[in-house]
Amino acid sequence: MLGIIRTIWLSFLHLFHKNVTVQYPEVKPYLSPRYRGRIVLTRDPNGEERCVACNLCAAACPVDCISLQKGEREGRWYPEFFQINFSRCIFCGFCEEACPTYAIQLTPDFEMSEYVRQNLVYEKKDLLISGPGKVPGYSFYNISGLAIPGKDKGEAEHEAPPVDTHSLMP
Amino acid sequence: MAKITIDGRVVEARDGGNLLQACLEAGTDLPYFCWHPELGSVGACRQCAVKQYANADDKRGRIVMACMTPVTEGAILSVDDPEAKEFRGEVVEWLMTNHPHDCPVCEEGGECHLQDMTVMTGHRERRFRFDKRTHRNQDLGPFVKHEMNRCIACYRCVRFYKDYAGGEDLGVFAQHNNVYFGRQESGTLESPFAGNLIEVCPTGVFTDKPFSRMYSRKWDMRGAPSVCTHCSVGCSTILNERAGKVRRTLNRYNDEVNRYFLCDRGRFGNDFVNAPSRLRAAGYVMDGRMTPVPPAQALTRFAEIAADGPIFGVMSGRASVESNLALRRLVGEALAGEANVSTGWAEPLHGATMRAVELLRSTPARVATLQEIEHSDGLLILGEDVDATAPRLALAAYQTQRNAFNKLADANRIPHWLEAPVRTLGAETLAPLYIATPAPVALDKAATLSVRALPDDIARLGFAIANCIDPAAPGVSGLGEDETQRAAVIADALLAAERPVIVSGTQYASVALIEAAANIAAALAAKGKAAGLSLVLPEANAAGIALLGGMSLDALLEKARAGQVGTLVVLERDLARQMPQAGFDALLGAVRHLVVIDHSVTPTAERGELVLPATAVSECGGTMVSMEGRAQRFLQVVYPEAPLQVGWRWLRDMAEAAGIQAEIGWQTLDQATEAVAAEAPVFAAIREAAPEAGFMLEGEHIRSQTSRVSGRTAIRANISVHDIPPPFSPDTPLASDMEGSYAVDMPGALVPFYRVPGWNSEQSLNKFQQEIGGRMRGGDSGVRLFPGEVSAGGYVGAVPTRADGRGQTGGEAACLVLPAYEVFGSDETSMASEPVKQRAGEPVVRIGGHGASGVAVLEIGGDRAEVAVTVDPALPEGVIFCPPYRVIPGFATPAWGSLRMVEAEAVA
Repeated sequence: MLGIIRTIWLSFLHLFHKNVTVQYPEVKPYLSPRYRGRIVLTRDPNGEERCVACNLCAAACPVDCISLQKGEREGRWYPEFFQINFSRCIFCGFCEEACPTYAIQLTPDFEMSEYVRQNLVYEKKDLLISGPGKVPGYSFYNISGLAIPGKDKGEAEHEAPPVDTHSLMP
Repeated sequence: MAKITIDGRVVEARDGGNLLQACLEAGTDLPYFCWHPELGSVGACRQCAVKQYANADDKRGRIVMACMTPVTEGAILSVDDPEAKEFRGEVVEWLMTNHPHDCPVCEEGGECHLQDMTVMTGHRERRFRFDKRTHRNQDLGPFVKHEMNRCIACYRCVRFYKDYAGGEDLGVFAQHNNVYFGRQESGTLESPFAGNLIEVCPTGVFTDKPFSRMYSRKWDMRGAPSVCTHCSVGCSTILNERAGKVRRTLNRYNDEVNRYFLCDRGRFGNDFVNAPSRLRAAGYVMDGRMTPVPPAQALTRFAEIAADGPIFGVMSGRASVESNLALRRLVGEALAGEANVSTGWAEPLHGATMRAVELLRSTPARVATLQEIEHSDGLLILGEDVDATAPRLALAAYQTQRNAFNKLADANRIPHWLEAPVRTLGAETLAPLYIATPAPVALDKAATLSVRALPDDIARLGFAIANCIDPAAPGVSGLGEDETQRAAVIADALLAAERPVIVSGTQYASVALIEAAANIAAALAAKGKAAGLSLVLPEANAAGIALLGGMSLDALLEKARAGQVGTLVVLERDLARQMPQAGFDALLGAVRHLVVIDHSVTPTAERGELVLPATAVSECGGTMVSMEGRAQRFLQVVYPEAPLQVGWRWLRDMAEAAGIQAEIGWQTLDQATEAVAAEAPVFAAIREAAPEAGFMLEGEHIRSQTSRVSGRTAIRANISVHDIPPPFSPDTPLASDMEGSYAVDMPGALVPFYRVPGWNSEQSLNKFQQEIGGRMRGGDSGVRLFPGEVSAGGYVGAVPTRADGRGQTGGEAACLVLPAYEVFGSDETSMASEPVKQRAGEPVVRIGGHGASGVAVLEIGGDRAEVAVTVDPALPEGVIFCPPYRVIPGFATPAWGSLRMVEAEAVA
């Protein structure tokens, strides 16, 4: 008897609590920048694709929903195609952790529902955004030893000029 | 065997080996870079440090380099010792100070020995704050990509390229941290074994250029054991596939054949399976244009034309024994009958090849394996440019020089693996190698004696040598004094050897040459030597078709001319390469119907009335017989889409459609192989070439994909988001996906890739061998079909008359035209592979004598072509050396011809 009254009393008190229901979609919830939602491919500060098609995201993916093919343009590696099957994706973020170039990033966007499941297969054109995402300054090729247009051998960070193999100096 | 103690564990170690080998054989993970089983120890990298104790009372010990320390009885060492561990960790840290931040964009990533060893030593964080040394790269041609920044200076590349393979254009420049491994200037690597640098290099300095264009990580690719089809040596390979496309060819260790190395034709020649020249649909051909039709309709059409007279077949040296047997059964032919089936070779190649296989089967000597050639202490190469016709054999022959060094090392009590002293000791020593060829060959530089003569004269020399060794062998009359002397010198050298081997082949399609070689081997055997005979054959499965038997194309042409041929079924063969244009036209004109089954469009297929698409070596299973009589199974790595199917399935369906009683009702490869085994006693062992399709290891099929293959639910998501089950084939014992077993003791014939935990690169091979450089744990790949019944000996052949480089054709003066085989260019399928085609360049005809080079018209038996000509004083006067197939498609055997200069270059 006492328990029932207590329950009614507690329910009554809730009338004066702050409302927790969000009127989605009229009201959008706040999602932190680290929220693991829709996956994007970012660009480096020069506006070039960051992805170097190293395949580590695909290897890290526990549901194997990432597939890509390496291509090469003047020394730069890039993905010829990059597809993510979002009908399989579990948004675990392993791909983002595995990415050595900060190319693949998860964003605070979850509004991806589709009526046709085939539409959940995202191609590179759907994934690639025009900015650097969460990591503004990073450019992989400034650190890597490969020569690309605009950055010759020995011009990366912490690199000495190329060795002159004909020199006799030690 | 010596007993040594590794970290308190007593293990057996081979006497005369080094501690690194002993540790690896004992299953210890000891990191190393510069040591390689075939290249020995040089102590360049300091990575394999272990602690050795003088005796049980010694608690302090001292650090030694395991690769430079010989195994001694009772040696006590510690791999896990903290001081040794710290030492190894520091060494890797030093090596990494200059290593670029490249792994994501490096083709070696994921199968990199440097990655493995770095993880093994535990180095994780970079402490070095200063600048990295950098290098500029070179363009090394269409096969090998160069990225010098990644170098750790282990010297493996030059040790392989210069010391092991005899190359001259790769060297070491600069000093200490700056050492540079490359050519003097950018340019194509000249050695035909340059591709091995990719596997030899422990990091990503030398990587596979064609593979890079369709790159995939090692863990993402399906692998399957295969056999190289670009010459008759029959090297074991692994093919890698992803998304239906063959990505690359790797070496597969076969301890009696190719061991650790492949030639570039084998490594880069398989891209033909992806070429646009592939046939993908059945079709009717009219006026050179193909109209695709459904397979059922094509078979109905075959039934119609099969009713129009007798069916004849042409067999193929690049198709499996199973497919060739199916063809024989379709045309109603019992074994060794030749009424209705042709081998697909015209005379004189047909006669020479048949004779070669006959002699290999009956020789009282041994049929030498590649391994026996490598360890021969007296090698005679008689009239065959093995550098071009069997490159891997030439590499083995080059190692005879190393044996001479080893003899000196033994005398000085230096272990064979101590690379630098042995090489230095042998610097002035030539190989016990004797060469007789019409033109200079690459092996000459190692040879003790090189003889230049025309093929018939070489055969005479051969007969003379046999006669010198055993006077019972037929002698040669009318020899010059120096010829007699040379014969005596070579005969003495072969008699002085313990394991002499004679190598010849069908390059010049000369029966006399082959018989001379067989006579020398027989004479040596009669003298009680463990002599070996090795005969290079024209095609990968040439021995297989020669064992099945058939008539020559000339005989087939006779029958066609007589109107006896209703339908000619050509199985995977381009007849235009086998006969002159006139003969080709005559044959195709004389048969009423031509049906071609092939995997690529060839000039023959373009003339076919009905064309059926067959699978290439990567898409089907089958068995090939190599020149050493080794039956070897290749397994499919690609699961092709209909209507592509293996040759014997087409032939089975054709027999069914036409209502021919042909006993080809095979459903699986195992049934086909069974039928081959039952066909003749010589094939009885063929089933043992590889385990059958039902083979299981630990209760499961062996998987052909790694456990970490990625993108399974995404790779075909662009076509359909719905997953499909993994493909299945009844012909292979391998599971097509990542589900299945995988162990270091799986059969050698079924190895889909090499990997063990912690060892992701091909260096993990050590774990799969019973002992390093020894047999595979799971047994050999392939089975020898001959020698089986050995004849009592006896000598064969008639000595030819003295050769003359000038003759008469139709009243006009003519020159002898000899086929000058090329490593890149003479093989049919590899020339459809883009990198090989690029490497081959334009064909050049060479003529002996003096004068100006230029452009000339070459005419052979009515066929003519305009071609660049180089005059070379090193060649016999007036003899024309023409690359086969490329200048005149039907030219491949010695012929009479003429050369008329149209424009001569000004002589500088």
